[in-house]
Amino acid sequence: MSEPTLSPKPLPPDSYLYLRHRWPVRLTHWLNVLSLGILLMSGLMIFNAHPSLDWGKSSYTGRPSFFEITSREAADGHVIGITRVFGHEFDTTGLLGVSDGADGKASAIAFPGWITIPSRYSLAESRLWHFFFAWLLVLNGLAYLVYSLISRHVQRDLAPTRQDWRGFGRSIRDHLRFRHPQGEAARDYNVLQKLSYLAVVFVLLPLIVLAGWAMSPWLNSLWPGWVDIFGGRQSARAVHFIVAWLLVAFVAIHVFEVLVSGVWNHLRSMVTGRYRITTPKEPTHE
Amino acid sequence: MNRLRISPEALAKRRFLRRALGGGGALLVGGCDRLGENESFAKLLSAGETLNRSVRDAGGVTMAQEFTPADLSPSFRGNGNTDPDDEDYKAMVATGFADWKLVVDGLVDAPASLSLADLRAMPARTQITRHDCVEGWSAIGQWTGVPLAHVLERVKPKPAARYVVFHCADSFAEEDGDTPYYESIDMRDAYHPQTLLAYALNDKTLPVTNGAPLRLRVERQLGYKQAKYLMRLELVADFSDIGEGKGGYWEDQGYQWYAGI
Repeated sequence: MSEPTLSPKPLPPDSYLYLRHRWPVRLTHWLNVLSLGILLMSGLMIFNAHPSLDWGKSSYTGRPSFFEITSREAADGHVIGITRVFGHEFDTTGLLGVSDGADGKASAIAFPGWITIPSRYSLAESRLWHFFFAWLLVLNGLAYLVYSLISRHVQRDLAPTRQDWRGFGRSIRDHLRFRHPQGEAARDYNVLQKLSYLAVVFVLLPLIVLAGWAMSPWLNSLWPGWVDIFGGRQSARAVHFIVAWLLVAFVAIHVFEVLVSGVWNHLRSMVTGRYRITTPKEPTHE
Repeated sequence: MNRLRISPEALAKRRFLRRALGGGGALLVGGCDRLGENESFAKLLSAGETLNRSVRDAGGVTMAQEFTPADLSPSFRGNGNTDPDDEDYKAMVATGFADWKLVVDGLVDAPASLSLADLRAMPARTQITRHDCVEGWSAIGQWTGVPLAHVLERVKPKPAARYVVFHCADSFAEEDGDTPYYESIDMRDAYHPQTLLAYALNDKTLPVTNGAPLRLRVERQLGYKQAKYLMRLELVADFSDIGEGKGGYWEDQGYQWYAGI
């Protein structure tokens, strides 16, 4: 530096790395990515075996399905894919109801092969995938919960503070403008981030597991009638499906936020644990 | 899946979307397809199934939920074979099952051949339960029949008997000819108080659609275990030499033998 330094003390570094995520959080995070991805894709194949949703204790209650993916022959003789929501029909040919199979030929199937496991129709195989990764998700989730409560990760990092609640409105405005906390403020999760993680960990994931269990005739028998908390077994199936898409929506927003707030910094911190804090330069006075 | 005629414009309309979204998915799906075909990986995947069964085996005798007449499905859906075209079966339908008899044999001290009148004369149980198909749908029906436990008491199973195999009158046409339907359950489920040989559905004689003249109800398991069109119960020590050896028609196609999940 050619300019003389007036201050006798060295300036604090502009940026430094600190340990943001400890290894149990990193490990359980990536196991969640794996198991939720496979559960979604194998789940969509399971759904293909009966691509409609009903509300109630059984599928046949006298009321029509509130959601249905099907196909039918159009007036011109071509087969079109139909998605029916509360009686409203949408032509979803190419994506839902009718889509290209792996062989490039159009086939009548609810969710297309490129998003299901396996890619060709097999209820038996998709169930094997689904139950294996369901066990992984549940055991991984339990390990995360035990660690996070004992290490006080939940209480320290996820529970919103009084100050967080006061900044709630500002946090919403910041998110809508894609503005993110800088410097030391980036060390803590923001309030919307905390609430969405809490919602996923304590509401959506327990709900989807419980709704999944509610579909098992044997688990039903452990305490006859417990599935009626969902409004019945078929309601539980609908809840399972809807929560799966809420989780997809969470992942979409989560990945978007990672992309717009420093993708490499976030990725590094979820792999090695180290996150870089960059202090904005103080305005200099000439 | 069948080949379908479809307008090229309709498909092209959304093809770009599929490409954009599908790139990553296709990569993952392709990898999973190949993994699923690998024998040792398939074995690893079935660990989930083994865990499911272990958890159930650790539990005691639990009862399936029973419902009220208000919950009954307006019509009880038939699935799989609903009108078997096997000649022997059609002949029995023509005579109203007058000559039908249920054979109970295998590892038993007192093999029996029971007519519908014999079964109706035994103590009956009526239950309103939900039938959960592996596909995802369910229907609620009222079943009347004789608890399988009563039939077993009459034929006196030998100590070596571990499973009851249900041989059925219906079959599925496959490349190598007709494959008969069959199922099997273990003695725990066989003696369960809700396990019935049902001859009536919703207070009416069991219709052909739902398995006339006699079907199994093994509540707490999925629909494909509820064998229809029963002809013969065989008590065995193991079922590896029956069918493809997996314990049932759908089990031989890759479905789980324990169908409680």
